[in-house]
Amino acid sequence: MIIEIGHFALVLAVVVATCQMIVPFYGAQVRDARLMAMAQPAAIVQVLLLMLAFLALTHAYVVSDFSVANVVQNSHSTKPLIYRISGVWGNHEGSLLLWVLILAVFGAAVAVFGGNLPLTLKANVLSVQASIAVAFGIFMLLTSNPFERVDPAPFDGRGLNPILQDPALAIHPPFLYAGYVGLSVSFSFAVAALIEGRTDAAWARWVRPWTLAAWMFLTIGIALGSWWAYYELGWGGWWFWDPVENASFMPWLAGTALLHSALVMERREALKVWTILLAILAFSLSLMGTFLVRSGVLTSVHAFAVDPERGVAILVIMAIFSGGALTLFAARAHELRQGGLFAPISREGGLVFNNVILTTATATVLIGTLYPLAAEAVGYKISVGAPYFNLTFVPLMVPLLLVMPFGPFLAWKRADLRGAAERLTVAAGVAAVALIVTFAMAHNGPWLAPVMLAIGVFVMAGAVSELAFRAKVGSASRDEVLRRFSNLPRSVYGTSLAHFGVGMMVVGIVGTSAYRSESVLVMKPGDVAEIGGYGLKFTGVTRQQGPNFSEEIGEFVVTRDGHEVIRLTPAKRVYNQPPQPTSEAGIHASWRGDLYTVLGDGQDDGGRVIRLYFHPLVRLIWIGALVMFFGGALSLTDRRLRVGAPSARSAPQGSLAPAE
Amino acid sequence: MLASAAGVCRVVFAAVGLYLAVTAAAHAVQPGERLADPGLESRARALSAELRCLVCQNQSIDDSDAPLAKDLRLLVRERLAAGDTDGQVMSFVVERYGEFVLLRPTFGLHTLLLWLAPALVLVVGIALASRTLRRSRSTSSAIAVNDERPLSADEQQRLDRLMRDV
Repeated sequence: MIIEIGHFALVLAVVVATCQMIVPFYGAQVRDARLMAMAQPAAIVQVLLLMLAFLALTHAYVVSDFSVANVVQNSHSTKPLIYRISGVWGNHEGSLLLWVLILAVFGAAVAVFGGNLPLTLKANVLSVQASIAVAFGIFMLLTSNPFERVDPAPFDGRGLNPILQDPALAIHPPFLYAGYVGLSVSFSFAVAALIEGRTDAAWARWVRPWTLAAWMFLTIGIALGSWWAYYELGWGGWWFWDPVENASFMPWLAGTALLHSALVMERREALKVWTILLAILAFSLSLMGTFLVRSGVLTSVHAFAVDPERGVAILVIMAIFSGGALTLFAARAHELRQGGLFAPISREGGLVFNNVILTTATATVLIGTLYPLAAEAVGYKISVGAPYFNLTFVPLMVPLLLVMPFGPFLAWKRADLRGAAERLTVAAGVAAVALIVTFAMAHNGPWLAPVMLAIGVFVMAGAVSELAFRAKVGSASRDEVLRRFSNLPRSVYGTSLAHFGVGMMVVGIVGTSAYRSESVLVMKPGDVAEIGGYGLKFTGVTRQQGPNFSEEIGEFVVTRDGHEVIRLTPAKRVYNQPPQPTSEAGIHASWRGDLYTVLGDGQDDGGRVIRLYFHPLVRLIWIGALVMFFGGALSLTDRRLRVGAPSARSAPQGSLAPAE
Repeated sequence: MLASAAGVCRVVFAAVGLYLAVTAAAHAVQPGERLADPGLESRARALSAELRCLVCQNQSIDDSDAPLAKDLRLLVRERLAAGDTDGQVMSFVVERYGEFVLLRPTFGLHTLLLWLAPALVLVVGIALASRTLRRSRSTSSAIAVNDERPLSADEQQRLDRLMRDV
């Protein structure tokens, strides 16, 4: 019965969304305030209905209701509660429901917090937002209904792939969706602006917090996935340039570009047309990420043909939204008047550079991901893997990272490059020291690695320099410096923190990619091995029974300079349902890097295959992502964004106005 | 389905937008496979990272536990031990398994777009950005010129007529 209520709530939500799509839009056309006002209650009712539907499905998972096909296919009664819940979005149908729910949450948030939006803009935005919900809702009801029953109900479910039964992966999809779907808000704003034929600085200011929130969620979502891959996939790889990863990375890159171009639009009324286009592209990439991964196209073009119903529906939805928005863009873009003039060397110029590079990077990932599909369609079978992306994507990042610390030091309109460079002298000095130290310490690894590491340090030091400069560290009295530090807008701290996080991430990536050491050997109980400055004594293997798996656990006594540091227990698990082995690495984290141990198969002579790795600085990758997230959060709480509607440009801004 | 090779490959589990590169144990090289010569072994590892595990989803033979990946790893080492150069090993493998085995496709007519597109996008991006900059500067100077130019006789006449009509 509960399932039927959920099913009915979903149908009703689609009906409500349809009204929300049509009525306010018409109201905006004929300037009828009452019709436009309908959007707000509709958005709220829609989110309540979808919440009900989602809870109904979750309930079915929690109580293991195996009369529901979706539960049968993806759950099992012996699964721990948290993975029964995360199983709701661990499959196509359930994840679509979560997607639509988050979409509705964002829509309702615009309705509730958008009190200061012009009436017609708000009506149009909510109407476009609802149209996405309608498309997804109908798609779900017709081809991917999570509420379908099976009769007779089987005795138990088929279980969830054990590799997905993991805390980080349980919360990874909701974050990722919040990111994907968050970009729908900027998309809706862009389309609404095109419908109205006008945009201004206020528009950019309304869009930016939504884009920023989406970007934060995407950052965390991708980082969680990467972290999971690191400890779960067995050797410490954290990024594979897999199409599935690329699908989430492209919206992130485009979203990052959008964040920066909207800044120019907000402050200087320039780059209007480009910002609108970017908002459309970012969400189109989200749609592609959401859909293509599921449709099976990424495995092979032929997988698409196996399930043509969903595949075609997916293509139609993408064509309607991306194609429709781009057509509207082509028809209306010329009506948007360009504002603000600026010299090449200026804050705007720096942000344009940022956008050119990020857009090229996005295009590179897109082409690398889709090229094999296109080639297969015309009869060639080729593979595009990590070596291609390392060769094309990485070189693009070098100039971007080098210019990044300069950006916040450049004034709007026309800037003094030499002055900016002078202010970065200390940062450059710190980077030079890092370069020399790395060269002196590193005996292996590619010669470029110390340079790349130094670039990462430069970005970090540059971010700190910006704060120091604004607080007049070194030129003002201590009290004055402290006063200035406490008076800096949060958005300044946000920018600085986010840029600092990028630098940390670069250092972590270079550290682990260039200086990783590994050792694959056969060990018997009592044997001793060494790696990364640690001594490891293998004490043996014990067997244990988990809630829904059995496992073999190896134990190592880890010593450093003769003292015991920790005991690591890497394990090999075999799950009951479905019967599938997984490997649980034993990891010891320190600032220097991670000691990473993996238990392999038993050998005929009683020994064990053991894999030992040392991943220098690897933690900085995810800590960097967290720092970026908090930078975004800090920026989001800045007064200017909290207050929302911009008053007419009143307060005169100095040449070094807050960056975000 | 590839997923039936459970625990062998990193199989992409098709989940909406999820980054679910699924594997059980993606650690490949077994102790017995390695070559005694560390120089040759490190060359073998580098080559392995460039070769695709043919039954897996976007995984190199260096990462894969699939039996076929193991065969390929042994083949690479065999050729290296026999004295082949890296290039010779690669072309030997491509001859046997086709270009699909390369994770970095060769540059050719069929991959022209793949290899040139990043540079192309970059050039177009730079061109568009500089055109915008130029245009914004020329319009600003055009406005300045317009401001100073007096009305032509024709324009003056039209203005006078309009003023009279009011």
